[in-house]
Amino acid sequence: MRPEVVDVMNDYLINNWGNPSSVHSVGRRAKKGLDEARELVASLLGSPPENIIFTSGGTEADNLAVKGAAYAQKNKGNHIITTSIEHHAVLDACKQLENEGFEVTYLPVSNDGIISVEDLLEAITSDTILISVMHVNNEVGTIQPIEEIGKIAREKGITFHTDAVQSVGKIPVNVEELQVDLLSASAHKIYGPKGVGCLYVRKGTKITPLIQGGGQERKRRPGTENMPGLVGFGKAAKLALEELKAEMERLTKLREKLIEGILSSIDEVSLNGHRTLRIPGAVNISIKYIEGESILLGLDAKGIYASSGSACTSGTLDPSHVLLAMGVPYEIAHGSVRMTLGRDNTEEDVEYVLEVLPQIVKRLRSMSPLSREKSERAYSSKEHYQHV
Amino acid sequence: MYNEKVMDHFNNPRNVGELENPDGVGKVGNPVCGDIMKIFIRVENNIIKDIKFKTFGCGAAIATSSVLTEMAKNKTLQEALKINNKMVADALGGLPGNKMHCSNLAANALHEAIRDYMQKRKVC
Ligand SMILES: Cc1ncc(COP(=O)(O)O)c(C=O)c1O
Repeated sequence: MRPEVVDVMNDYLINNWGNPSSVHSVGRRAKKGLDEARELVASLLGSPPENIIFTSGGTEADNLAVKGAAYAQKNKGNHIITTSIEHHAVLDACKQLENEGFEVTYLPVSNDGIISVEDLLEAITSDTILISVMHVNNEVGTIQPIEEIGKIAREKGITFHTDAVQSVGKIPVNVEELQVDLLSASAHKIYGPKGVGCLYVRKGTKITPLIQGGGQERKRRPGTENMPGLVGFGKAAKLALEELKAEMERLTKLREKLIEGILSSIDEVSLNGHRTLRIPGAVNISIKYIEGESILLGLDAKGIYASSGSACTSGTLDPSHVLLAMGVPYEIAHGSVRMTLGRDNTEEDVEYVLEVLPQIVKRLRSMSPLSREKSERAYSSKEHYQHV
Repeated sequence: MYNEKVMDHFNNPRNVGELENPDGVGKVGNPVCGDIMKIFIRVENNIIKDIKFKTFGCGAAIATSSVLTEMAKNKTLQEALKINNKMVADALGGLPGNKMHCSNLAANALHEAIRDYMQKRKVC
């Protein structure tokens, strides 16, 4: 978290401990803080403040959007359209709705990780009540054509949700321009606290609350407010908005340097996701013949923290569902590494990665039985698929 | 996540590589899981005189392969066949629970290599 965010949160933890629902002066002060936080978050999204519902994070916002919109319209239809590369907060909420009798279409993506608007148009039926397509994918960083989808959804009168957890604060996000009815965001992705997020709900969009209680958040998300978290979110949103343009330019340059550097210094490596339709700081690569976790361990030993789409890091047997949906073969998906550049990263950091990574790759490849076998073609991806 | 001993074997793996004209080769692996291990052995007078490995896989996969080659070297084939995956994990001071299954296959690869040798020699 950013120190400025910690400072305002501390103030609410130590001095400003009031409950915004109380009438006394301490409570009124808290109410003022809550209103300000809502305004700041709303400004970042181009929304009126009253359309922002605070939640316990991106996961809850996604659940509230998907289930809330489905339940509210179940007399209208039972069909939902989403994509195969959503975050599990959306995917598993859809799975739950399937168990409850809703029908869900999971749109495929191209090798670049982007859905086709034609596929979407084809999937829409008279029963379709909700479309949920993420703005930016959390693993590969590709940007979906949300405006185009928003236009279609609005013309057809279908509720449209986007999970913007990965785009807010990284690229411009404006609920009017995107033509969305529901949009999820999360504080910790913009250097705010964990466990805080929000759902934008356009005026007139119906959602059924998932929990019942007091009257907070206009009854759509009751419960006494997490004040330190919310003011921290507000502060983080304010800073993100102020710095957005400059930070985008800076990170895009760094990202390009990193991608170019990797592609030119390591052979048999590929970039995952669209080459340019991606958020500024996102790099996801697959390095053939070696496995992701071992690359991460190598990087970690050098003080570089990355993540991987390999099964070994996710605790399941399958590698990333996103890479598989993009048609990346299993053994190549296992060798994927995701590097995220953020506000603390500098050009020296990128140069350091470019110095260290090729050495790690060389060492691991020298241990790998696959680098040798490639010439024997014993390990073609086709054969692999048949194994599975 | 991994203890020091595992990290040591990952960072300084013993007996990495291949043997020229090995007496036995064993390969196990699971592409879904993302681990492939290959063990090469040289046998003299029923004893594993030399052993090397190549592994595609996570930190645990590399460390188990490495420690296994230490355990098997200079053992008789009968002794080597008694080495099992649990013994390999124990020799490393334990592995995280989710790594016990798919990344701990080195002993199987060794057994495959010994079987390969025996088949070639028709000693079974
Ligand atoms: C795209 C996306 N959606 C949802 C979430 C969940 O957000 P949170 O961690 O705030 O619950 C994340 C973050 O992990 C994400 O990347």
